[in-house]
Parts: sequence; structure tokens; C-alpha cells
Amino acid sequence: MKKLINSPDTVVADALAGVAAAHPSLAVDIENKVITRADSPQAGKVGLVSGGGSGHEPLHGGFVGYGMLDAACPGEVFTSPVPDQMLAATRAVNGGAGVLHIVKNYTGDVLNFQMAAELAADEGIEVVSVVTNDDVAVQDSLYTAGRRGVGATVFVEKVAGALAEEGAGLDKVADVAREVNERSRSFGVALSSCVVPAAGKPTFDLSDSEIEMGIGIHGEPGRTRVPLSAARDLAAAALDAIHADLPLSGDLLVMVNGMGGTPLLELYVVFNEVRRYLEGQGGRIARNLVGNYITSLEMQGFSVTVCQLTDALARLWDAPVDTPALRWGR
Amino acid sequence: MDAEVFRAWIIAGAQVIEEQRDHLTQLDAAIGDADHGINLARGFAAVLSALESAAPATPGAVLTLTGSTLISKVGGASGPLYGTAFRSAGKALGDTADVGLPGLAGALEAALVGVQRLGAAREGDKTMVDALAPATGAFSKAIAEGASDADALTALVEAAQAGAAATISMQALKGRASYLGPRSVGHEDPGAASTALILGALRDAALAGR
Repeated sequence: MKKLINSPDTVVADALAGVAAAHPSLAVDIENKVITRADSPQAGKVGLVSGGGSGHEPLHGGFVGYGMLDAACPGEVFTSPVPDQMLAATRAVNGGAGVLHIVKNYTGDVLNFQMAAELAADEGIEVVSVVTNDDVAVQDSLYTAGRRGVGATVFVEKVAGALAEEGAGLDKVADVAREVNERSRSFGVALSSCVVPAAGKPTFDLSDSEIEMGIGIHGEPGRTRVPLSAARDLAAAALDAIHADLPLSGDLLVMVNGMGGTPLLELYVVFNEVRRYLEGQGGRIARNLVGNYITSLEMQGFSVTVCQLTDALARLWDAPVDTPALRWGR
Repeated sequence: MDAEVFRAWIIAGAQVIEEQRDHLTQLDAAIGDADHGINLARGFAAVLSALESAAPATPGAVLTLTGSTLISKVGGASGPLYGTAFRSAGKALGDTADVGLPGLAGALEAALVGVQRLGAAREGDKTMVDALAPATGAFSKAIAEGASDADALTALVEAAQAGAAATISMQALKGRASYLGPRSVGHEDPGAASTALILGALRDAALAGR
């Protein structure tokens, strides 16, 4: 597999150097792997910290800026960041109003963020954690590690970020974060695997005629492997899974997200099918995102995230944001 | 066994992890995200540097430094879990300069308690606990029955290896492999495999240090 890297060992550091050079509004600590709004801390504002493995760009570093995250902690590729990173980020964005940790529901992310929150509390910084778990592909049961946090994380970071930017308190910001998570569901489909730089080959093998249904974002195999079918059928399968768990009527925020290796041309084909399906259910797509927002290196595929909007949530979605990956109203 | 023997354990452990790095990564590709070998190798390399710089003077200090370094360097679920295992073992050894097999057994028991408290895994969930729990059980039992040091250490390693092999037929109930449900069956758990390797290194160091 051909990659645009210098060496597998330096991928993350090299990329962070590129991020730093491209985005002067960000302060990038390459050695300690923390990306922060350059104008941190914002006195009196709740600070928002998230993080996760590298390889999902623009998540999370691309969402650092006005109206969204105050800091992001990138781990090694597909590997949860370590407590030291989150502790440094938490200190850096602490404006005296507390800090919200937005944590995707993976064992590693949860454990490392938990350790960091405890260390921050020891230093007198109030931290509240919200876990995202919107993926419907995995059963939330005693027999699994619980539902994964995927696309809704983007929605949570935007909406909670907007409320924090307005000066709301930590409890209110955490509440709206949880509300967005609870009103959102996601499902992903892979047409290919991906190649972790240090591993050098695809994480799993898919033939030309097969796809993985119910994928996560780390190149792990999905729940089932089925033959490839038309975009219309794949969109329907994804939305059937979401619909089993979330009413699809009313105003909706919908993201058709590329896994990294799928052309925008195809994402728009999928979005059209998603629109047709939702309209058939009495749903109205009031807001949308189409593009690469939470990726899995060069994996071909897409994920759909649907959030039931309210007027209040729509207002926060519309609020100005200025980050490398999302920018409007400013 | 003094700090030197424990250092030798960690060095041997780092070596076998590096040697088996691709194998562990392969195991993790089958039911995870293909980074277990890579992450542990990176973590243990950092541990070796830390041990070199800090030169901890007691067995307990060797293990707690190993644990803290793993927490800071590995990431994923393995960092907190292995880090907590070593930190718990290190704390159990306190300041003792010379540790006998019973003391070592106590430290391994503490490691298991720490791991289970953090990750909430039980035997049969298809995790590192499926190697660590049988291993500590067999070790403590052998010591209690008056086995020789060599036999007790062999019991430790054989139980760990058998435990790791037993994970092949299990369905994962914890961690990333649990997302696969029944598809996780038929594959050895990478955490159980690496735990067995680390305990193998412990036996080698302990026998050499007698």
C-alpha cells in the first residue's frame, strides 16, 4: 500500500508539524501531542477537550477553534491518547469555569480520559466527562464493551462548543452534549479496509465484491460481511439500522461522512439516497454535512449520523464556528 | 530476587515483545485495530530508557516505574491496563530489597486485582485476564504446595500460555474485539498472548537470578 509519509514512526509528528504550519490559530505542541486554540485559556469560558487516536482527521484537531473544541489530544494512529496529554490540555484550556471532556466510547479512550480527569481533579480543576456512544451497529449489552462513539461526536463538539462560547456553565454545556448524543445514531459501511502505517498492510481483507456492514472507525472488521450492492441499498441498510433505534420524523441534522478514501462524488450519491429514505419516513433534513469529518485513514466507505433536532439545538448548530474543518458565521 | 533481577525481567520482557511485535499486531488485526504489538513495543522501549535514567533501587520501584511509563507511553486500553498491573505489583512489593517467590506471588495477585478493578474483565471475557488469572492461581498454588522455585515458575508460565490458547475459542465480551461478537471466536486474544510472553520473561529472569 502506497502512503504519503516519510516513515511510519514519524507520521504523527510530521502531520502535527504540518497542522501547526497550516493553521496559525492553533498552538500545536508536537512533542507532547496537544493541539490547543492559540488564544487559550478563555477566561470564564468552559473549556472543551477531546481526543482520540490519530487517523480520523479532521477529528479532533480540525475542530479546535472558536465555537467548538478548545483542545484536542491526538494519540498514535488508532490508539487512544495517554493521560498526560489530556492533563496538559485540561490545564491549558482551564479558564476557571471548568472543563468538559468529550470521550468516544472505546475502552482505551474511556480509561485514559478517566485517569486524566482524576489527575486534573487532584489539581483542583473541575472536569465533567460526556461519553459519546451513537453507533447502532454494536449492541449495548453486558456482552460487549458498549456502543462505540462515532459521528455524533462531531455534532456534540459543535453544539456544546457553541453553548460554551455563549458563556454557559459547565453543567449546562455537559447537559447539551449528552442531549445531542442521546438524540443521535450512526451506522457505517466499509468498501475497503485501511492500512495502519506501522502495520504496513490492510487490517482486514475484503474481496472486490464484498463490503463490511457496521464498521467502527479504527479499521476493525464490522459486524457482518455481505456482497456489494447499489448505493440506494447501502443507504437503506444503514438507515434501517438507525431507524430501529431512533424515530426519523421531524427536523433532522444529517451527516453523510466519508471514511477517508471515498470520493465526494460518491458521498453525494449516498446523500441523495439518504434524503429519499428520510423523506419517505416523514423526516426533513434541516441541516447537513457531506464530506470527510471522522475518517479511518484511507478506508473507502461512508457512515450516516442522524440527530433529531430541536429549535434550541438548531440554533446552536447555526452559531458561528471557526476551525480548520468547520467554518461559518465568521 | 533484587532490583537487578526485576530489571532483567523487564529487559527480557521488552525484548520478547519487540521480537513478537508483528505476531501480536497480526493477532490484533484479526479482532482489533492492528496496533497491540506496535503499542507495547513502543511502551517497553520507553520503559527501558526510563529504567536506565532513573536506576530504581528496589524491585517495587522497578515495577512502579515500569507501570507509570507504560501509562504515559502506550495509550489505548493496554497502557492503563498493563500500567496499572505493574504499578499495583510494584506497590505490593513496597521497599523490600529482596523478594522471594511468595512475595512475587503476592505482587502478581495485586496486579490481577488492579487490572480487574480498572477494566472489569472476568475470566472468560477473552482478555489479558484469561492469561493472568490462571497464571497467578497456578503460581500461588505451586508455592503453597511446596514446589521448587523452578517448578513454581514453570507452572506460572504454562498456565499463562494455556490461558492464552484457551482464548481462541472464546467470544470477546470486552474491548474492541467485543464489537465483532461471534466473529471474534477462533482468534487468540492479543492481550492474553502478550501477558504470557511477559510472564515467560519473568520466569527466565527469576531462574537466572537465583
